[in-house]
Amino acid sequence: MIALYTILVVMIIGAVIAIEARDLLSAVIAVGTVGLGLSLAALVAKAPDVAITQLVVEIISVVILIRATIRIGLPRSTHGSTPLLGVVALVFGIAVLVVGARVFSEIPPLGAPHMRVSETYVAEGLEDTGAVNVVSAILLDFRGYDTLGEATVLFAAVMGVLAVARPVGRRKTRTEPNHANK
Amino acid sequence: MRTNEDNCTEGMSLIVKTITRLSVGLILLYGIYIVLHGHLSPGGGFAGGVIIALSFVHLVLAFGKRQAFGTLSESGTASLESLGAVLFLAIALAGFSGGYFFANVLPHGEPHALLSAGTIPLSNIAICLKVAGGLFAIFIALVLLNPESEQGS
Repeated sequence: MIALYTILVVMIIGAVIAIEARDLLSAVIAVGTVGLGLSLAALVAKAPDVAITQLVVEIISVVILIRATIRIGLPRSTHGSTPLLGVVALVFGIAVLVVGARVFSEIPPLGAPHMRVSETYVAEGLEDTGAVNVVSAILLDFRGYDTLGEATVLFAAVMGVLAVARPVGRRKTRTEPNHANK
Repeated sequence: MRTNEDNCTEGMSLIVKTITRLSVGLILLYGIYIVLHGHLSPGGGFAGGVIIALSFVHLVLAFGKRQAFGTLSESGTASLESLGAVLFLAIALAGFSGGYFFANVLPHGEPHALLSAGTIPLSNIAICLKVAGGLFAIFIALVLLNPESEQGS
């Protein structure tokens, strides 16, 4: 439990640094600390599958973020923030905190989860699918539909990024501005 | 603004290139290991696919765009991703021969063996192709197709 709390404190410090950092690159690296802490927390909670996935996704997102922000040097803008917005942020923060505290009081303690559906998976997973790793058995056999949806989401994300970042449309509007309205 | 510089030097320094040449194969191999042992040990198609994508990202960062795309081109990435999607759907549809969508129709084999668990290793490979292709395509889109590089060229 102590290890988990230490990781959580480090993650909170990293998040605060990410918000407060003047430099965009420092903020990205601080966000990376949060993700690393999350994967370590998953490892402490005995979920190595989640830890591996979290770790590699964190690495690739930090690489992409660094590549995207490394020479941009966006200036921090603090004008436009009024005391009213501060009050609104405070109210929402307190509301989320209260709701979160009530939700967390309902969650079963670490290591003693409710096992209504998963009992069957754990008991019969090996026999039904032949896979030793029960996480793979659930992802690709029992809950194959979910994985299909996940793959679709990834496909949609790739399509979206390519559609937004493709150079074709932009070049057309630059050279032939009259045809942009067609 | 930085494209001219990128085109001249093509990637990072000699030290980075040498280390990359040594390590990139190991990273790729580890990703393949994670994928193929997805039904036996922690990992699976998603994690392994991201590791494989990272090895190609590693190549792009160290050697520059041109040389790295000689290894895996943009259209190659797109076809890899589509192949993964089609393969996964095909496995799901093959389940109809056993009764329902996503049915595990292949023989389960012996537990702890590499060739076991029916269609799960195949699904892992399909997901891996999909994730590796998709993430690398996103990376290419963000690195190659950004407005700055266009203005420079």
